[in-house]
Amino acid sequence: MKRRDFLRNSAILAAGSSFVGHPGLLDGILSPRVTPDGVLSARRADPERRALAMRALGAAEDAGAEYADVRINTNRNRGISTRERRVLGVSDNVTAGFGVRVLVDGTWGFAASGVVTDDEVVRIARRAVAQARANRAAQRQPVELAPAPVEPDGVWTSPIRTDPFDIPIEEKVAYLFEANEAALGVGGVQFVNSSLFFLREEKFFANSEGTVTDQTIYRTSPSMSVTAVSSDGSDFQSRSSTDIAPMALGWEHVIDSDLVGLAPMFAEDAVEKLSARSVDPGQYDLILLPTHLWLTIHESIAHPTELDRIMGFEANYAGTSFISPVDEYLGSFQYGPEFMNVVGERSTPGALSSVGWDDEGVAPQDYHIVRDGILDDLQTTREQALWLADHYRSQGREVRSHGNSYAQSWADVQFQRMPNVNLLPYPDRDVTLEELVDGVDRGILIDGSGSFSIDQQRYNSQYGGQVFREIRNGRLEGMLKDVAYQIRTPEFWNAMDLCGGESTYFVGGAFGDAKGQPAQSNAISHGCPATRHRDVTVINTARSV
Amino acid sequence: MGSTNEFLSEDEARRITDRVLTLSEADHCRANLSSAMDGNTRFAQNQMSTSGDINNTSLTVTSAFGLRVASSTTNRFDDESLAQVVRTSEELARLAPEDPEYMGELGPQSYPDSDSYYPTTANLEPEERARAIAEVTEQAVAEDLISTGFLVHRSGASCVATSSGLFAYGLDSRVNFTTTVRTEDGTGSGWAGTSVNDWADLNTRELGGIAVSKAIQSREPRDVEPGRWTVVMEPTAVGNMVNLMVNQLSARAADEGRSFFSAPGGGTKLGEQFIDERVTIHSDPQDPRIHSTPFSGEGLPNRRTTWVENGVLRELNYDRYWAEQNDREPTGFPSGWYMEGGSDTLEQMIASTERGLLLTRFWYIRGVDPRTILFTGLTRDGTFLIENGQITHPVKNLRWNETPIFMLNNIEMMGAPVRISSGESAGLTPAVVVPPLKVRDFAFTSISDAI
Repeated sequence: MKRRDFLRNSAILAAGSSFVGHPGLLDGILSPRVTPDGVLSARRADPERRALAMRALGAAEDAGAEYADVRINTNRNRGISTRERRVLGVSDNVTAGFGVRVLVDGTWGFAASGVVTDDEVVRIARRAVAQARANRAAQRQPVELAPAPVEPDGVWTSPIRTDPFDIPIEEKVAYLFEANEAALGVGGVQFVNSSLFFLREEKFFANSEGTVTDQTIYRTSPSMSVTAVSSDGSDFQSRSSTDIAPMALGWEHVIDSDLVGLAPMFAEDAVEKLSARSVDPGQYDLILLPTHLWLTIHESIAHPTELDRIMGFEANYAGTSFISPVDEYLGSFQYGPEFMNVVGERSTPGALSSVGWDDEGVAPQDYHIVRDGILDDLQTTREQALWLADHYRSQGREVRSHGNSYAQSWADVQFQRMPNVNLLPYPDRDVTLEELVDGVDRGILIDGSGSFSIDQQRYNSQYGGQVFREIRNGRLEGMLKDVAYQIRTPEFWNAMDLCGGESTYFVGGAFGDAKGQPAQSNAISHGCPATRHRDVTVINTARSV
Repeated sequence: MGSTNEFLSEDEARRITDRVLTLSEADHCRANLSSAMDGNTRFAQNQMSTSGDINNTSLTVTSAFGLRVASSTTNRFDDESLAQVVRTSEELARLAPEDPEYMGELGPQSYPDSDSYYPTTANLEPEERARAIAEVTEQAVAEDLISTGFLVHRSGASCVATSSGLFAYGLDSRVNFTTTVRTEDGTGSGWAGTSVNDWADLNTRELGGIAVSKAIQSREPRDVEPGRWTVVMEPTAVGNMVNLMVNQLSARAADEGRSFFSAPGGGTKLGEQFIDERVTIHSDPQDPRIHSTPFSGEGLPNRRTTWVENGVLRELNYDRYWAEQNDREPTGFPSGWYMEGGSDTLEQMIASTERGLLLTRFWYIRGVDPRTILFTGLTRDGTFLIENGQITHPVKNLRWNETPIFMLNNIEMMGAPVRISSGESAGLTPAVVVPPLKVRDFAFTSISDAI
């Protein structure tokens, strides 16, 4: 049993790597690039949108803007949700509109409208300028933008094989029902919820410097949750499909994810959790599978290295960062051990942040956030890159945006959002999961992301999971429940004494990462291997009422 | 017509829904319209950072053939787009499997009057937002502090019409304002905020003053031991916790055995006293303290509902299907709620506390165990030690793992309810009115260095 489970986890990892559907997942990450592979198109940017954009930019400049950009978007999404043997909802949503952002004497203005007409783009451009003027009175430090190369006619599309909007609804529902039946076939399972969600975003961008880009971005998310209730009604336990990540791919991702094939395993896990032993709180070594770890990376590395947070721009909601003041950390802070390398990129095919250009027309860079354990760089937009100008010059680096600007829709102003932030596999050899487990006397292996909560400077956080396995003397034992671990970020990453190699690598992710006010939702991907952390605090989360 | 011409009037809304219902070939059809003008201004480092003014109207068409049902949404209103959104919803519906729980569409209903629309809010311009924010930034600059914050407002209309003759149209205005003020050395942080419907009710100078004084008082916090503490909770912290319980009031989840409100051995906790007898929570679209829309998305009237009375669970949230299965009336869902309080002041709560903590608000609240509504989160922006009836010094923030059920069983004192900014992102959330509380044995599990 124990051995089978161990192998099963390994098998999941191997399958996980293939979810991306692209061999050589890591190949593109560190190589120089202009645009991602195989996704440039020969077509030119849409002429109708180009004409509207030029009209908006002209109106903004006539009204006194020194810089302007316009985004014209059409977002279409389709969602299907089911429970057991019935459909809960089928929906198809389209929203179209445009937003104009301007700088007037170094002050931002932004206005947007869902009415995409010749007259409205002029009215909204003028409104954005008027709003910037209203805000100018209180301006203490004018906004400036780092230079960016002009891209006059950029076209890019997510690397999908099959457009999910071409697949008939019956086929989608039939797929979910088949998965639901597969879960319900496991004795003790009472409830199954499953869903498919698809997005196609047409994103046209133009700015007053001459950049014009036209991109089509796809996102696909298959997911399920299985719940078992104990026979006496005293307990219920759920298992989510965290082995399957949402990706910027097409219908092929649904098929490759194999929800139907994995459903019985999710169901068995939910049932087994009912009788699992409640964890004894204390200090444990942790083996974190990448299906779980991507979320810990997201919270404790990706968010604290957002430069706008560090500088206090998000203090009222998302918070600031322990990385402050910047010059005491950049180039010297020991984030983790020497084999720890973290990269920001928007080029991995199928990862959710991958694009040709960001939402201010900048081609994203691949860059090290952590290099050989040391904090090396931070996430930037054009406005923010200049805040690090002295640092970059002292290092002989170019002062430019990393291309990390994003807006969730035409109605929202773009700002700094994370790229794909990945922990790279162990550099010298392919460390296996078996080797990681073998070195643990008293530990817990955690599979799948669960509950998560972190403070506003990204020091103290707490994570649950989906499945917990006890480790004793290098062997996987039975299942545990009611497990959560609490960390302080710097100690946690420096307590990582080994990480897995490429064979343990998986790209996890989610929709719905919130930042900004009004809160904007982002889709995030984080690639990582399995890791081992020594002596972490584990609490028991069960309460009796 | 809205006074700003920025969203649909009742006549305009009716023209669109009539057109949709005329185009419809389905057995049942529903049109939902949402039309609003949104405005916002953010500030950071004592100046405006970004702002936005956004017009949008969206239409969702739900079509059903027998029990096959689907919906489609658009924000385009030319003839072709209207025909397309109706056609898409019908195509999807024809292909969808039968939904045995589809209840059809409602006929005409009568709704309580609820007037939460204010021209003062609808006519708000960026200049006025900037002036209101300057009331905060000027105080911060004067004290060498760094202010950040967010002012957001929305005014607009929502509308529901069905092929069975229902038509409902309502107007609403909302404003939310929050500010976080930090010390330049990064060792202190204070917060204040609230929500209103009428712009004239918002006093940013007063809120800025609270955040400024909390920032100054919270400088250089000391450690305290995690564990069980007596806490004096300001209303925002109370609302953060009680919201978690209000969101779990689904009758169906309770009946299915996967909720705190499930009774052991089957059934629900309806009629049981499960928290302190001083706790009473109601929702009511007509109550001016907790204004909300008088109808749901399906067009159901949102009636006054008492969810908890003297600690007894009086009502759970029944949708139309589950209500029919259980021979009950559907309840609608509380959009905004009011929790009764007591006569104690915050000062009296502090004065009566030998050793405890004063909490301003909570952050990053996430579910841990749905069986007990156990959540985790952290204190933030103003956490203080109380010793012998007095605030003695600021303390480091703490992570808690706690359930609103335990908290509402451990009440020692209650104050007068006030309206709060109830969402973590300080967006335009429903009106929530809660009292400050003094509570014993609140469970903290670790210290955070975050300020």
